[in-house]
Amino acid sequence: METPAVHHGAMFDTDELVINMGPQHPSTHGVLRVVLRLDGETVVDADVVIGYLHRGIEKLSENRSYTQVILLTDRMDYVAAATNNVGYCETVEKLMGIEVPRRARYMRTLVCELQRIASHCLWLGTHAMDAGAMTVFLYAFRERELILDLFEEYCGARLTYNSMRIGGLPQEIPPGWDRKVREFCTIMDGKLVEYEELLTHNRIWRERTKGIGVIDGAAAMAIGLSGPSLRGSGVPRDLRRDEPYAAYDEMDFDVPIGLAGDTYDRYLVRMEEFRQSLRIIRQAIDGMPEGPIVGRVPRLIKPPAGETYHAIESPKGELGFFIVSDGRSMSPYRVRVRPPSFCNLQALPQLIKGHLIADVVVLIGSIDIVLGEVDR
Amino acid sequence: MPDHPPTLAPPGGPADQPPPADLSAPRFLVSLQAAVPDAVVALSHFVGDWTAIVAPARLLDVVGWLATAPEAAFDWCSDITATDWPPRPERFDVIYCLYSTRHRHRIRVKARVRDDEAIASVTGVWPAANWLEREVFDMFGIRFSGHPDLRRILMPDDWQGHPQRKDYPLEGPGELLLENPIDWLTLRQSRDEADIE
Repeated sequence: METPAVHHGAMFDTDELVINMGPQHPSTHGVLRVVLRLDGETVVDADVVIGYLHRGIEKLSENRSYTQVILLTDRMDYVAAATNNVGYCETVEKLMGIEVPRRARYMRTLVCELQRIASHCLWLGTHAMDAGAMTVFLYAFRERELILDLFEEYCGARLTYNSMRIGGLPQEIPPGWDRKVREFCTIMDGKLVEYEELLTHNRIWRERTKGIGVIDGAAAMAIGLSGPSLRGSGVPRDLRRDEPYAAYDEMDFDVPIGLAGDTYDRYLVRMEEFRQSLRIIRQAIDGMPEGPIVGRVPRLIKPPAGETYHAIESPKGELGFFIVSDGRSMSPYRVRVRPPSFCNLQALPQLIKGHLIADVVVLIGSIDIVLGEVDR
Repeated sequence: MPDHPPTLAPPGGPADQPPPADLSAPRFLVSLQAAVPDAVVALSHFVGDWTAIVAPARLLDVVGWLATAPEAAFDWCSDITATDWPPRPERFDVIYCLYSTRHRHRIRVKARVRDDEAIASVTGVWPAANWLEREVFDMFGIRFSGHPDLRRILMPDDWQGHPQRKDYPLEGPGELLLENPIDWLTLRQSRDEADIE
């Protein structure tokens, strides 16, 4: 086995310096350790060390029933827990051939998009704070709080929702909830203008993000980027449109893409995604059909022997579940999660090469990772 | 002591349902079988997903064709993972989930490998495979020949064993097992007895 270029500070030249960023660094958004090899203040090479948050969710899933796994998925991308629930439940439904009622599909779409806005708010706040813009952090968290309140009213939890069931949803939306969601959309429309006034044409923000971490479309595809990080490089790939799930085939929305593939374009893509999400939320509320919210589900969740892979567009990228059933036990034989943050983080060494240390924190924010999902 | 229900023998392998007779395989799969003869061992179709089971020695030929041929154009490696079927001589299935952004179709490629056998790394075809293969190595102990940087990724570097194998205990070996296996067995037995009472 070859010796890696940078590993635990083992090999370095005398004019180069190896420093350790993390795992306890506030701007790494969790417990991420990046070993940087520096020439002055320029990053020559980087090694990303992960696994500090590894809880063995995939192994644990093999020893839990299909329904119990839903609440394990909450603990992966904990800033977008409902999206994980949807991804897992849809995979089991595909495996068992369960038809989900149209109303449940609409409600899932609504919940997923609210979750996307909450996740993007957290991304925007922390990303801007990493670059020194403290105000945006406070603004974005203020709006995220409104979404958390909506979720609390819907399912009683603010972070780990456990808000889906195999075949549908656990409960109806509370009376008056749709009106509150509509009010939130109106508030958010105005707040987006506020965010953009603070950042989009802000000279400091543009200096910090333009031309930083440039990756072209082909390279981004090769390294496995997905979600807004891939679309920032000009690849129009969005699973909501390309492989529609829930009720996205009935929604009208645009897929924004960037041109330059730098941090600024990834920022612009996510800002436009806020607006598209609001558009989808309004359509989902207006067109919400009547009917049951749970399909015909057998009392015992015991899929036939077989395996399937199903992917959805989480706020971070392609979130895939690969589930193998042996057809005779109550728990899955294997649950594999394709975590978008893990695959996106892989591009970090490539992105930060040649940039300054101060840009490292901006780039970690730019690819939008959650360590709970990277390590699982 | 209460009678425990009889434990079932572990399953001997995945179902790998053959495609129904009236369903024809997608065109690129037919072309693949013609372009890389004798590499595809079997085709499987289940809930709409196609899987090509290939001989591990021919894996690079198959994925190389799938990535470059215009009618397949699998330019995006979605996922690489593995499953463990201990009773089978080739106990591992290494599974590649591929996606084509041009045609928007998917395929799974599957190779069966023995415990003592290495499989070719596909990092040369898709650089994205780097970390994914490292995770499979870490979790299952499957070696990828030609991988540029094959070391553990989620578990600590000095970890013993591979956690996703079916014969690896859920609670992990614990420090006691590493230091003193006999004490660990006694402790586990007393715990089991306490559970039964």
